Amino acid sequence: MASLSAQQLAANRGRLFKDRAARYGVTLGGIMVLVALLLIFFYLLYVVQPIFESVSLKEEQSFSLPNSDDVEALGMEEQAEIGYRLMKSGKFEFFALADKSIVKRKAGDIIDSKEVVSDDKITSFASTLPVNKQYAYGLNDGTAMVVQPKFKVSFAEDPQTGALERTITPRVEVLNNGEPLVVDESGQALEKLAYESDGDTMMFAAVQGGNNLLITKYAAEENFMTGETTLKPVFHKVTLNGTIDDLIVTPDLRQVMARRGNRIHVFDVGISGQVTERELMLVNAREQGNATGLYLLAGASSILVTHDTGLVTQWFQVATDEGRQYQYIRSFDAGSPVKDIEVEYYRRTFYTVSENGQLGIFYTTSEADLYRGNPLETGVEHVMVDPRANYLIMQSGNRFSVFDIKNEHPEVTWSAMWQEVWYEGYPEPDYTWQSTSGSDDFESKYSLVPIAFGTIKAAAYAMLFAVPIGLAAAVYTAYFMSPSVRKYVKPTVEIMEALPTVILGFLAGLWLAPIIERYLPGLIAVLLLVPAAIILTAFLWSRLPSHIRNTVTDGRAALLLIPVVLLVGWFSFGLSPWVEEVLFDGNVRGYLTNELGITFDQRNSLVVGIAMGFAVIPTIFSIAEDAVFSVPKHLSNGSLALGATPWQTLTKVVLLTASPGIFSAVMMGLGRAVGETMIVLMATGNTPIMDWNIFEGMRTLSANIAVEMPESEVGSSHYRILFLAAFVLFIFTFFFNTIAEFVRQRLRDKYSSM
Amino acid sequence: MNKWFKSGKPWIWLTAGSVSVSLIAVVGLVLMIGWRGLSFFWPSAIHEMSIEQADGSTRTLIGEIYESESVPTSRVSDAGTIMDGYEGEKVTRYLMKIGNREYVPLDFAWVLGPAIRADETPAGLAVIERTKDGNFYGYPVAIEQQGERVATQGNLREELFQRMERAVELNEKAMALQEGEIGAINYELTQLNLQRRGLELSGSLTEEAINDIEQRREQLQSQYLEYEKELFALRDKAGRDSLIMRDMRGEEIKVPMYQVLDVNFPNDMGFFAKLGHFFQQIGKFVSEPPREANTEGGVFPAIFGTVFMVLLMSIIVAPFGVIAAVYLHEYAGKNAVTKLIRIAVINLAGVPSIVYGVFGLGFFVYMVGGSLDQIFYPEALPNPTFGTPGVLWSAVTLAILTLPVVIVATEEGLSRIPPTLREGSLSLGATKWETIWRIVLPMASPAIMTGLILAVARAAGEVAPLMLVGVVKSAPMLPVDGNFPYFHLDRKFMHLGFHIYDVGFQSPNVEAARPLVYATSFLLITIIVGLNLTAIGVRNHLREKYRSLEH
Repeated sequence: MASLSAQQLAANRGRLFKDRAARYGVTLGGIMVLVALLLIFFYLLYVVQPIFESVSLKEEQSFSLPNSDDVEALGMEEQAEIGYRLMKSGKFEFFALADKSIVKRKAGDIIDSKEVVSDDKITSFASTLPVNKQYAYGLNDGTAMVVQPKFKVSFAEDPQTGALERTITPRVEVLNNGEPLVVDESGQALEKLAYESDGDTMMFAAVQGGNNLLITKYAAEENFMTGETTLKPVFHKVTLNGTIDDLIVTPDLRQVMARRGNRIHVFDVGISGQVTERELMLVNAREQGNATGLYLLAGASSILVTHDTGLVTQWFQVATDEGRQYQYIRSFDAGSPVKDIEVEYYRRTFYTVSENGQLGIFYTTSEADLYRGNPLETGVEHVMVDPRANYLIMQSGNRFSVFDIKNEHPEVTWSAMWQEVWYEGYPEPDYTWQSTSGSDDFESKYSLVPIAFGTIKAAAYAMLFAVPIGLAAAVYTAYFMSPSVRKYVKPTVEIMEALPTVILGFLAGLWLAPIIERYLPGLIAVLLLVPAAIILTAFLWSRLPSHIRNTVTDGRAALLLIPVVLLVGWFSFGLSPWVEEVLFDGNVRGYLTNELGITFDQRNSLVVGIAMGFAVIPTIFSIAEDAVFSVPKHLSNGSLALGATPWQTLTKVVLLTASPGIFSAVMMGLGRAVGETMIVLMATGNTPIMDWNIFEGMRTLSANIAVEMPESEVGSSHYRILFLAAFVLFIFTFFFNTIAEFVRQRLRDKYSSM
Repeated sequence: MNKWFKSGKPWIWLTAGSVSVSLIAVVGLVLMIGWRGLSFFWPSAIHEMSIEQADGSTRTLIGEIYESESVPTSRVSDAGTIMDGYEGEKVTRYLMKIGNREYVPLDFAWVLGPAIRADETPAGLAVIERTKDGNFYGYPVAIEQQGERVATQGNLREELFQRMERAVELNEKAMALQEGEIGAINYELTQLNLQRRGLELSGSLTEEAINDIEQRREQLQSQYLEYEKELFALRDKAGRDSLIMRDMRGEEIKVPMYQVLDVNFPNDMGFFAKLGHFFQQIGKFVSEPPREANTEGGVFPAIFGTVFMVLLMSIIVAPFGVIAAVYLHEYAGKNAVTKLIRIAVINLAGVPSIVYGVFGLGFFVYMVGGSLDQIFYPEALPNPTFGTPGVLWSAVTLAILTLPVVIVATEEGLSRIPPTLREGSLSLGATKWETIWRIVLPMASPAIMTGLILAVARAAGEVAPLMLVGVVKSAPMLPVDGNFPYFHLDRKFMHLGFHIYDVGFQSPNVEAARPLVYATSFLLITIIVGLNLTAIGVRNHLREKYRSLEH
């Protein structure tokens, strides 16, 4: 007996254990739903978050090199393994930036050193934009030497591990076979020099005698007999009335700029070398301070001017009535006067070195003040960034430091996404979305405003269409329709919700859009005539003798109206060509464009409104119908018993009671309209424009993601911004859905208490 | 009148009108897609028309009438002499599909009604479905066997069908060889490469292993050569015959028999022959792969991909959905966590599907898939195995998307089970879990089924997220085949919904592809509406059943 109960107990213990395990398992499963939602939320946030991170600098290496007060310029190759410096004395030195065991290199070791020009001849120095990586020494006999560092990458096997290791061997090349190029025909010393090259052609701008501007262009000419190329110079000289302080040459070799105090002269250079003065830019010295330097930004569309107040101003060409002219765009405050600016290779980031040794990092387009401070204890004298913008070298006295710089998304700031931004080449600040282009130095434009606007526009037109129909249909179905009809009508409308939106989008784009284009007057006639015809039918019906009238009560009016609506619709569309002929001279599109100045796209907001409206109607219908139907019957019966008409009961009692439910239906509908992708993708032209015009398209957040996500590079700013767009959608619908759900919950509690 | 307005009747009728509009929209939409989709399979007559051209000359057109519309005469007044003497206010325009793509600049032509001088439908006209360049319209003249004419008018049709069947059969054999045996060899060769790289990475690539692999490779290669020989022989055989056709320009054109898929004489068909042909065409549509950049042929891979993905998704979503619903209905107390979970369910249902796509791409494909590749498939890197969009990730993503559907439906089912049943079970000594497992869940199984069906219907129609996580316009390899491990969850797949988007909007020849899009849409709608109706039916049945139990 005892053993039996012990057995039972053991069996029960097993059962109880199972029960408890199941409880925990099921609870865990339930909580997984919450986890899934949170996972989506936090994952999106996790991907988005880096674009708002500020710049961080971390010192990787530090070493000292002798004679560093002699440095003219610094440079770095792509892998950031080897750096180089050009000395004022004409020496070119390569040094290691990182330890490399395979070639027994330690950071700070001088790898190669070569004197390219002798010290006593040098009078000036120039460097190209970092992308072109060439340097020129101006000499005292009117000539210039152009040098260029070259790097050879080879792979060698590591003797210990056997793995292939990359080694980079540097060498310096003096262009024109080591011979200097004549810049000044008269052989005078070059006091200031600017130099650029676009492969075959080279251009120098130099100052001689204080106010003479020399522009010398070398074009490569091929001797078609021998196949040898020779460099043919074209000389030009302009005399300005005043000492020239700064010179720059644009890398397309079409412009030369010379700064004379607060005046900047811009010269155009023709293909064959002729020079014309284009314009004179005046720096506003009173507001920004006196100009102290002139630099080109990456992409060479913008110039940067430094001022003695510590400001840096950005200028670029803007289309005006007198052609394209340079204009002051914006300014950055570096704190104290800037003595040197280095620009990045491809992006619009620039690095300033101030008089007081501070380093500043700025991004022009987003007006971002990314970093200001002194990473070295002593003041920074020179700074240089590598081509991939991952490392910085800074020099302070004899000390060189390599910094790892984290600045992945300088172009994205909150203000750049949501405010008007003045992009290079644009006539004015604007909201622009243009994420990709073919060229490397293209500036991506990430304003979310036009696509957010497109989303709202699409949703608004859809709601305009769906709310009246959806709610009216819901009210009728729930309150007036006879139960036998309702049994079929409700599932039929709800089936609509199950229709794949890709089919609605396909019909909207390929079937509806051409029809609307052809029968626009017909569509407008439908909107006017159908309600009129319905009221007329109702009126005529009420006049009919009662025995006919009673065969179709109000509860079946919807069925009676189907042929009426069909007939009127057919009539309206049949009327369309005639109306078009009479009122619009046979061409509504032409009339809209020419007379009213309204742009008409075939795939426009009207099409989207109708198609997406049909996608939203069932959502609104279903929830609103439930809300109206579940209004307790004793309320409406009481009202009717007190003598109110059915319509009065509906508007004064039923709708008021059900209003929270109706509100939640509209919210749910809005949530669906905002996130709908396929319909918008297929039924609009997907152009990110900002215009309420119903006959133009739009681009929505969701369609934008669908179009651009597959080709965006993982981890790029573009990728993260698309995630941000998804995050915005998520938050938006989360907000509406949660409100709707709360309202519905309260309504349910209210009904249960009634 | 005024009194009538005050009674509110007109407004009631207006609300009734909006119901009518909604009904017309739903039913009209389905009917239109059905009509357009199905009429694509019905053999239409081939017309031979003699058309007057703008310069007064006439030319012959042979083809199907694809579309007709009536336009105001004023719009076509620039058509020249054709319209002289035409008085009507409107004129009918026909869009003719004239096929023969490689011989005419455009395979569609607009014809004005008044320009038609003669219009006949001769019984001898044939339409040839070809593997390349679309349909061919014309009169069969003769059959050539290796350059010699072997059949002319008398026995032409018989010979034609006989030889066509032979060619089709040979083609099918060649195709089976190519996709079966040769495909398997290619697959094995890739696997060998991966194996070698895997050994290399783990540092155990010995001479012996290399020899082994090389030996195997050679073996496969020699096998391959044999099959290739066989394949070429089959192709040679199939290339024996060709068909000589006279086209609308009156020229004789040679159509190689191996290009011919089917020959029909629609003008010579009776109603039942047409009906037979209709069903035959539908059968081909659902069972054949697409041709000519998806603008012709069938949609079999898309159906297969959709079904496979949806099944995979069901396997994932069913347990999670049911457990969550059981928790919410049977275990959850009235506390904040429960409220939060309910809000999560509502929100999961409301979050736009594209957001799931973005999440799936970032989290599943790049993060989870990327890590899987690092751990399990280092030999294939840098080519991703699971770190790229594929059918598994699509299924997982859609599983989260449809989770709320299953939860809501299951919970509804659970709430319909009378509490007396649970109480009875508990009072007889069963634990809560036993009650749920033995009593509640079996009774709720139709509701779970309903939820799954609805989830499948939703997943089958969803396109936006799939565009990011695994769907492609053309997947040459199905995710299931005869090569071990048979299920290739890393592969990309085709999907009916995406097929509609792709063919309708990205296709090089939208006009020719449009009927196909309607047909695909009809197929998809049939599946989805069918699934939904089944779900509704199951639900209603369930309601009735439990209503009777409550007494």
